[in-house]
Amino acid sequence: MALLTKTRERRPTSFYFLAAFFALFVLFLYGPMLTIFILSFQGENGGLTFPMNGFSFHWFGNLFEQQAVGDFGGSFSRSLKLGLIVMVVTVVVSFMAGLAFRKRFRGDSVIFYLAIASLIVPSILISLGIGLLFNIVEWQPQWFTSALGAHLTWTFPFGLLIMFAVFNRFDPSYEEAARDLGASNWQTIQYVVLPMVGPSLIGVAMFSFTLSYDEFARTLMTAGALNTLPLEIYGMTTNVTTPVLYALGTVTTGFSFLVIALALGTVAIMRRRKGQKA
Amino acid sequence: MASDTSKRSSYFLITPMALIFAVFLVIPLLTIVVVSFWDYDEYRILPDFIFENYNYLLGSSVTWSIYLNTLKYAALTWVFTLLIGFTVAYFLAFHVRSLTWQIVLFMVCTIPFWTSNIIRMISWIPFLGRNGLLNSALINLGIVDQPLEFLLFSDFAVVLADVHLYALFMVVPIFNSMMRIDRSLIEAARDAGASGFETLKSVIVPLSKPGIAIGSIFVITVVMGDFITVRLMSGGQSASVGLQISNEIGLLQYPAAAASAVVLLITVLLIVTALLRLVDIRKEL
Repeated sequence: MALLTKTRERRPTSFYFLAAFFALFVLFLYGPMLTIFILSFQGENGGLTFPMNGFSFHWFGNLFEQQAVGDFGGSFSRSLKLGLIVMVVTVVVSFMAGLAFRKRFRGDSVIFYLAIASLIVPSILISLGIGLLFNIVEWQPQWFTSALGAHLTWTFPFGLLIMFAVFNRFDPSYEEAARDLGASNWQTIQYVVLPMVGPSLIGVAMFSFTLSYDEFARTLMTAGALNTLPLEIYGMTTNVTTPVLYALGTVTTGFSFLVIALALGTVAIMRRRKGQKA
Repeated sequence: MASDTSKRSSYFLITPMALIFAVFLVIPLLTIVVVSFWDYDEYRILPDFIFENYNYLLGSSVTWSIYLNTLKYAALTWVFTLLIGFTVAYFLAFHVRSLTWQIVLFMVCTIPFWTSNIIRMISWIPFLGRNGLLNSALINLGIVDQPLEFLLFSDFAVVLADVHLYALFMVVPIFNSMMRIDRSLIEAARDAGASGFETLKSVIVPLSKPGIAIGSIFVITVVMGDFITVRLMSGGQSASVGLQISNEIGLLQYPAAAASAVVLLITVLLIVTALLRLVDIRKEL
């Protein structure tokens, strides 16, 4: 009842201005994306801008022809694999680091400041530094070695900061209870800690996958001979002048949305299960 | 004894992260510093200890104009993202009343961040181009009779794309700070006779400062180091420090690129140190 009367309270005029501003902001965020989504269905003779010259799936078909866009399939599968590896490593390592940071240890602030530094050092410097390092020691840069390392320097800080936020609000008495009941360290983590931080770990997983999947600057000098998808897209921006570019944009954005929906869905299911158990 | 084992387990748990940072962050940055003193010819980089790269870099008027240009992008992007970010966060934190709606609207703002930056830049082309939506609309409405040329491939386009890409970096930390403001403070301000604007000025803005500082650090550092937005959105007509580095990399002039990188890193660290005086990051999590 209290809630009901609260929502019926008259809103101040400023609310409507701010709501309009917010709506414009959302339009600003999504509007351009919507235009390329529409234009990717451009007819066969259509160009890079409106008007639409018919409606077709021509440019999507074009995506899968080697000569039209370079190596879309190969770069997509590399980005996908790299994203998945980055995701698994980030989730495991951030979770471990989060556990470590619950107690003070010597050097903890060094790691913390390294994570912050990793976040603010311009990406091109990471790319250049790793590229130079591999050059000097004469290792061949590869997407699954140098590019993987470069991506991890970008995803670890996010993973660690999310873990900080989680464990700062985590009540240790649950673990104490488990231990009092005779659970081992590993059992405590498996049956008490993991189920409680699970949704946040899904968040870390989604974050690290999408950050890696879309990363460009850190991959530039570290991918070696074979392109990841963002490198491929970047190459296309300079030499492709047909709507196939938009088709690629639509497909890869759609894929990102799918990943986000998957992650949100998983969190929702986990929450519901937890609710049923309780 | 018990604390000994738990300490040991802390070290065990932190080792993977520490190793990755050592190999892929610390050593590469040290490599850049070392190589910035090396020599090079058309084919190779040659170990040496010379100051030529720095002399050339700092003695060139081009460098200074590029830095000025980069700072201009950073400053403009900072102002716009701050204004937009603060307004959006304020709306979400104080005017949206149910938690569910707050989460939903917050997600709506966040989702584009998880998609490709390059695609988000490209998506402005059909909107801003010579025959783009905006120009067509302006001509049809009779506001202009020639398409506006400055919309795409210009400083305007660079800043617009930067704001579009990074506004979220401001929204999230400011929203986070605002959600922690004790609502009774605002009621107290109102009871004491403060108008909405006075409450905003003397209660909400000061208490949002940590979020503003963190957002500013993100936006400024990312724009200072950016090269791809500048290259794509200025159509190669403008330069930034990051773009200069990436061009030198393209020409295999690694020691020159390394010297530029060191100067950029020092600049960014100075800016961040100044901003960190305003906030203790570790307290804000």
